[in-house]
Amino acid sequence: MHEMALCEGIIEIIQEESRKRAFARVNVVCLEIGALSHVAPEAMKFCFEAVAARTIAQGARLEIVETPGAAWCMACSKGVEIKQRCEPCPSCGSYQLQVTGGEEMRVRELEVD
Amino acid sequence: MCTVCGCSDAKASIEHTHDHSHDHSHGHDHSHHHGHSHDHHHHHDHAPGDGGLVDCSANPAGQQIAGMSSDRIIQVERDILGKNNRLAADNRARFRTDDVLVFNLVSSPGAGKTSLLVRAVSELKDSFPIGVIEGDQQTSNDAERIRSTGVPAIQVNTGKGCHLDAAMVGEAYDRLPWLNGGILFIENVGNLVCPAAFDLGEACKIVVFSTTEGEDKPLKYPDMFAASSLMLINKIDLAPVLDFDLARTIEYARRVSPKIEVLTVSACTGEGFAAFYAWIRKRVAHMKPTEMAVSG
Repeated sequence: MHEMALCEGIIEIIQEESRKRAFARVNVVCLEIGALSHVAPEAMKFCFEAVAARTIAQGARLEIVETPGAAWCMACSKGVEIKQRCEPCPSCGSYQLQVTGGEEMRVRELEVD
Repeated sequence: MCTVCGCSDAKASIEHTHDHSHDHSHGHDHSHHHGHSHDHHHHHDHAPGDGGLVDCSANPAGQQIAGMSSDRIIQVERDILGKNNRLAADNRARFRTDDVLVFNLVSSPGAGKTSLLVRAVSELKDSFPIGVIEGDQQTSNDAERIRSTGVPAIQVNTGKGCHLDAAMVGEAYDRLPWLNGGILFIENVGNLVCPAAFDLGEACKIVVFSTTEGEDKPLKYPDMFAASSLMLINKIDLAPVLDFDLARTIEYARRVSPKIEVLTVSACTGEGFAAFYAWIRKRVAHMKPTEMAVSG
């Protein structure tokens, strides 16, 4: 996954928000990252620090809330939780799973002053 | 720098339609153009100490205590890829208006995307208007290979970037002739990781996998196989030499994506291309009613 481009996207969102909501400094950036979204949180933190330098978010702490992976098991006809793609259904062992959640990559909120 | 793929600041250049040296590159700074806001989300400014604080600072390292600081908590709730997704939606609307069917070809480097395209566009160009957008970090070698078939091609050099994004494709599309009722193939940068997340506005992604890569590639790089509608297994003519297990490959791909379609081809011998063209023609035939249903 391309964490650098994603971090640039986060900075852009922060800059747009700062114009709309009039804040000068960001202390904490809270992200919601799905377990199946193929973002490595450590790589994200590493890249964010680099991209945030000399921006309104310089020095801001990145908080990452991981949301669980969810899938629909076609064999069981029910929703199940999975940790990663290619995992079998935890109930029946089938691979007939359709991912239904856990792919999010969102800026949830900012702590600013 | 990205610890995953080594990419740093994305400076892309998109070549002109005419063939001269490429000293006039187009900077592609993602932090500029696009001044208007696209925010569709809620914007509740929360007063200091607002109780709506979610649990993201509630870990042991969190130092902020609601009500104890002058900090404001701002609910943002915006998709990190929102801007790319909006530009992809713009592309998709243009493709629909122009009646162009768009495929985004993805694979690891060396799977044979360009060879496959050279054969396909040569054999389809009499049936449909065809254009190609080629993505590579450097060189316009691939676009030149396509142009040698007589089909228009635009090269996008992503520089340090490891994938095409919707803005690059939009700009490159401007430089192609109108492919009325035709097909646009986008050959993404050879990379089985990053391009999975970036919608370009295509009708679907086609992942090209070659028999030399090992049967378990879909398990190693599941995101790309999950994002693709069709898996083209290329270099099938080498299968006997390689002791390639086709059934296992397909089984692995379907573990990741139960509905993925699979075709075997050889860009070298032409084996399997008739089935690939049949698959494309079916898509062309279905495009209009489907698109109208979606837009309606």
